[in-house]
Amino acid sequence: MTGRAIGRRQILAGAGVAALAAPNLARAQATPIRIGEINSYTAQPAFLQPYRNAWILAQEQVNAAGGINGRPIETIFRDDAGKPEDAVRLAGELVNAERVSLLAGGFLSNIGLALADFANQNRRLFVASEPLTDALVWSRGNRYTFRLRASTYMQSAMLVEEAAKLPAKRWATVAPNYEYGQSAVRWFKELLTRAKPGVEFVAEQFPALGRIDAGATVQALAAANPEAIFNVTFGADLTNFVRQGSTRGLFERRRVVSLLTGEPEYLDPLGDEAPEGWIVTGYPWEQIDTPSHTPFREAYRKRWNDYPRLGSVVGYDTVMAIAALLKKTPSTETEAMVDAMAGLQFNSVFGPIEFRAIDHQSTMGAFVGRTVLKNGKGAMADWRYADGKDYLPSDDVVRTLRPQA
Amino acid sequence: MATLEVAGLEKSFGGVRAVQGVSFAVHPGEMLALIGPNGAGKSTCFNMLNGQLRPDAGTVRLLGREITGLAPRQVWRLGVGRTFQITATFGSMTVLENVQMALLSHHRRLGGLWRPVARLDAAPARALLGRLGMADQAERPCGILAYGDLKRVELAIALANEPKLLLMDEPTAGMAPQERVALMALTAEIARESGIAVLFTEHDMDVVFSHADRILVLDRGRLIAEGAPAAVRADPNVREVYLGSGAVTGAH
Amino acid sequence: MENLLLQALSGLASASSLFLVASGLTVIFGVSRVVNFAHGSLYMLGAYLAFTLVTQLPRGHLGFWGGVVGAAIIVGLIGVVVEVLLLRRIYRAPELFQLLATFGVVLIVQDLALMTWGAQDLLGPRAPGLRGSTEILGLRFPLYELFLIGVGPVVLGLLWLLFHRTRWGTLVRAATQDREMVGALGVNQRMLFTSVFFLGSLLAGLGGALQLPRESVNLHMDLSIITEAFVVVVVGGLGSLSGAALAALLIGELHAFGILVLPKITLVLVFLVMALVLVVRPHGLLGKPEAAARGGQGSAAPLIGPAPPALRRLGLAALAVAVLLPPFLGDYALSVLTEMAILVLFAASLHLIMGPGGMASFGHAAYFGLGAYGAALAGQWLGAPMLAGLALAPLAAGIFGLVFGFFCVRLSGVYAAMLTLAFAQIAWSVAFQWVELTGGDNGILGVWPDRWAAPKLVYYYLALVLCLGATLLLRRVIHAPFGYALRAQRDSTLRAEAIGIDAFRIRWLGFGLAAAAAGIAGGLFAYAKGSVFPTYMDIPRSVDALLMVLLGGVHTLSGPIVGALALTGLQEQLVRITDYWRLVLGSIIVLLVLFFPQGLAGAARARWEARHGDA
Repeated sequence: MTGRAIGRRQILAGAGVAALAAPNLARAQATPIRIGEINSYTAQPAFLQPYRNAWILAQEQVNAAGGINGRPIETIFRDDAGKPEDAVRLAGELVNAERVSLLAGGFLSNIGLALADFANQNRRLFVASEPLTDALVWSRGNRYTFRLRASTYMQSAMLVEEAAKLPAKRWATVAPNYEYGQSAVRWFKELLTRAKPGVEFVAEQFPALGRIDAGATVQALAAANPEAIFNVTFGADLTNFVRQGSTRGLFERRRVVSLLTGEPEYLDPLGDEAPEGWIVTGYPWEQIDTPSHTPFREAYRKRWNDYPRLGSVVGYDTVMAIAALLKKTPSTETEAMVDAMAGLQFNSVFGPIEFRAIDHQSTMGAFVGRTVLKNGKGAMADWRYADGKDYLPSDDVVRTLRPQA
Repeated sequence: MATLEVAGLEKSFGGVRAVQGVSFAVHPGEMLALIGPNGAGKSTCFNMLNGQLRPDAGTVRLLGREITGLAPRQVWRLGVGRTFQITATFGSMTVLENVQMALLSHHRRLGGLWRPVARLDAAPARALLGRLGMADQAERPCGILAYGDLKRVELAIALANEPKLLLMDEPTAGMAPQERVALMALTAEIARESGIAVLFTEHDMDVVFSHADRILVLDRGRLIAEGAPAAVRADPNVREVYLGSGAVTGAH
Repeated sequence: MENLLLQALSGLASASSLFLVASGLTVIFGVSRVVNFAHGSLYMLGAYLAFTLVTQLPRGHLGFWGGVVGAAIIVGLIGVVVEVLLLRRIYRAPELFQLLATFGVVLIVQDLALMTWGAQDLLGPRAPGLRGSTEILGLRFPLYELFLIGVGPVVLGLLWLLFHRTRWGTLVRAATQDREMVGALGVNQRMLFTSVFFLGSLLAGLGGALQLPRESVNLHMDLSIITEAFVVVVVGGLGSLSGAALAALLIGELHAFGILVLPKITLVLVFLVMALVLVVRPHGLLGKPEAAARGGQGSAAPLIGPAPPALRRLGLAALAVAVLLPPFLGDYALSVLTEMAILVLFAASLHLIMGPGGMASFGHAAYFGLGAYGAALAGQWLGAPMLAGLALAPLAAGIFGLVFGFFCVRLSGVYAAMLTLAFAQIAWSVAFQWVELTGGDNGILGVWPDRWAAPKLVYYYLALVLCLGATLLLRRVIHAPFGYALRAQRDSTLRAEAIGIDAFRIRWLGFGLAAAAAGIAGGLFAYAKGSVFPTYMDIPRSVDALLMVLLGGVHTLSGPIVGALALTGLQEQLVRITDYWRLVLGSIIVLLVLFFPQGLAGAARARWEARHGDA
């Protein structure tokens, strides 16, 4: 674990050095384009350190390549400590005091929504990187907010496709008891029932986030004797669930379909106890050798002496999306940027993606595969890239989901 | 009519009968002392009179009205002032404010949210303090007052609602001898002037025999003697209870 | 049937782990009367240290169990360090002040753990010999869970022997009953307290270390265990070991069976139980009423009087700045000032019940949040304009304040604080769970001010007028008979009742008034932020409120104002200066507790009085 938190001054200094080193800046007087980035760094360090590392890497690369028409980009990071009300205040600070051209970031869904509403109210562009909630682009979507990551709906839909192929009829679900977990379960049930009429859901568990009583939860699921399980827990809840589940034999002769579990953030802490044969969405970083991914992985390793997590991809691609946007529009005026964001296409680490004009959701996909143990560590096998554009509802449906669309 | 009439008062604590069948009366302007050795049940008896304790049996009547089992604050509203063995005043307030609180409560003005206390009932409070010789202490915090002065403050507080009955638990405990006499003389004077009935417990037999009009003697929860000081002093039962202590004869 | 039995066994295993942590907390409280918020941090350190030791030591029984015991002992020693350096100096301070100090320790430990062990969750090895499972009635049950089920009763038995069969234990029990008496007996109280802290911390560390084979070690362990441990200790009765055991059993089984019946209610279940227990049995299941603190407050609270001229001038100058400067400020500065004005009122409302009222509230955020939700819901469901929302905010908060307060103000000290916490958590989980009404954790968005108040400057003045007005009103109330009555029942309930003051009623109304004032703050906050979230009434916000009041000084009228300004200013700056703001903030809190126990305003006042003589 080399992930030490990086002091803010170091980051700014690093950015500054990179900016100075950029040859095209000989033209001088090029004032940097400032991006305001808000995230829950102290509340969720495990996910956000790799994210910020990759962000810095991307920024350095953009600036080394001459910046945006000669102007370097510069990021001002803020820690919201996991509180939406602080995020809103910091957004105000970044916009009013730091004069950033646009806002980005957000890991927790509620913070994403708070920032989106702020952006809408203050007419600022907000590029949401991580928050998964569907509401961000649908029920509470607005003109000024765009999201990079594949949403709860999309990832659930990807897994439903696999789940429908299983013979299992009796399903149980376990999900953290907050919006993300609840809506993942809701979509999964709805989509699976549609894809495979006749399935029944025999048990639902909603442990409190970060406080799972794993033994009792596992026992309660086992008591319902399902044929398959849909898991949405992650982080510490997941590790505890897996440990209790495997000791108590919950996963034997049962298929498990699991959201996000293939991401190194969640798979790696499990070590040699990573479950085998789960169908998951995730990020098999060591196996993806595509022209867009390999250089990213190597550059990240070189810069940080660590391997990338999914958060790194998200951080990196957020910067790249912003860079693509700034290259597309000559102005940093909000309305022009927002117009340019709609339909913006760029080459992400996972390949070409587009921010859909209809709902501002990017088509970034996820990898769907099976978990295996390799060299005493969890890994993904038989994976494929599920392109996000194939897992979104039809435009007609989207229009009903999103008021302004 | 008697100010206070007590009949058949009983109280037990887990099998120990602290007070058994106590009956007596106090009349307007009368100073009645309740004495007895430690553990005789004086404080228990006292606490039942103003509602701090609920008696197991018996009745307490104030001016003919039954007040048994009422809460202390209700008893107070009916005109019973009280001072405590260990003084209880509001330490974060001045002497004057302490008395003002009692007056404001008496006038039912404690719900006031707007006018500052400083401007309410200050004059009558000062007058009361003056009566007790505490006028020059009015602005001092109660938290730093000498013990004897606190006793006077308590008396002022107790007098604030123009009580018919004053209950004083060891009013002179912790005071210097001259102070004791002065305080009790003042109390007796006020009592006679305003027709207040005073019931007090006291350890100091000098105080008891020189200020009480009548004396009740309690032993192990029972009333063993009652009467004028001279009669009580001569009572063989009382002598037996206090045997060897010589306290009854005091330093006369 | 088999399933129910296994469910009960799972509950027992949780109960056992919970008991280890809670027993340490209750033993420490029993003797020192310190409500140790940092107990959860000690638990987390136990887990981290065990991880390090077990993975460094050779594999096998010796390595594993040696590591677990070693970690527990190290944590015990850390507890000693905390006791000697910090807590020993503040035993005489009010309970909430100690809570504040230990909360500072929590913040410090969080960042130290992050620096030492990194951010990623760590999954420790399983216990040698207890890796697998056994069959019970044909169902599999982990061996390690069985082992844990045994550990609880064994520890309870050992503690019982320790307390009943050794001289040290007799002294500890005596001290639990009557602290002053033991001091009077000539026992070395310092050694006694320190050794009790060692034992309590060791139990926390052991509890954490024994989780290693069960769950991953992470940076959120401290706060997630401490609330549960508080619940267990309070439900059981503070200071009662057997009470803690009983309550742990109750809570553990409640969890295990609760999720069978109502899987979504786990968040609130324990707090419902705690509220219920405290309402029915104000001192917990097996607790005894606290011996009335002898001599009341060690030192009487100071008088309140009109502000001295110097302070008045200072206040007027600050007011002039607050009124005249903003037109020249940018939007961000305005929003910070707006937030400060709101938090001043929030702090002042808590101060009313803590200072003059002498009550402890650990859940004041509930009323802030209820005000915010009241305004936001009125806007969302009834289309109420902003002013109507702002009027509704104190109403909603005040009504709930009266309902919750009815039960809370009957209790005293830690029990009252915990009941306020329980109600706050219940309100929080309703906001969190009732998605259809409140939007759940995604909150309610679009709570923006009406058009006329939308400019930041206008809204700032609106907030300033309302907050300052309400704060001054509270101040006025404190000088009025009602405020005096509050102080009267705080100074001496006996005397208050003896002059006809209904202490319960005064406390109750005071609580309701404070809640309504907090509701105004919450309503203004909702429109300032444009959104409402369950975080508005979560534990950290209640802690913030406490911090503001205690930093400023409980016994000064300007304390909450100074405290609110200091804390918001500090946090706002710190977050921007360093990533380790928790470490800095925690250290500042600890230093303030040690060196300015009267709070900032209290210290300033003491200085002023020293210079100008006692007024």
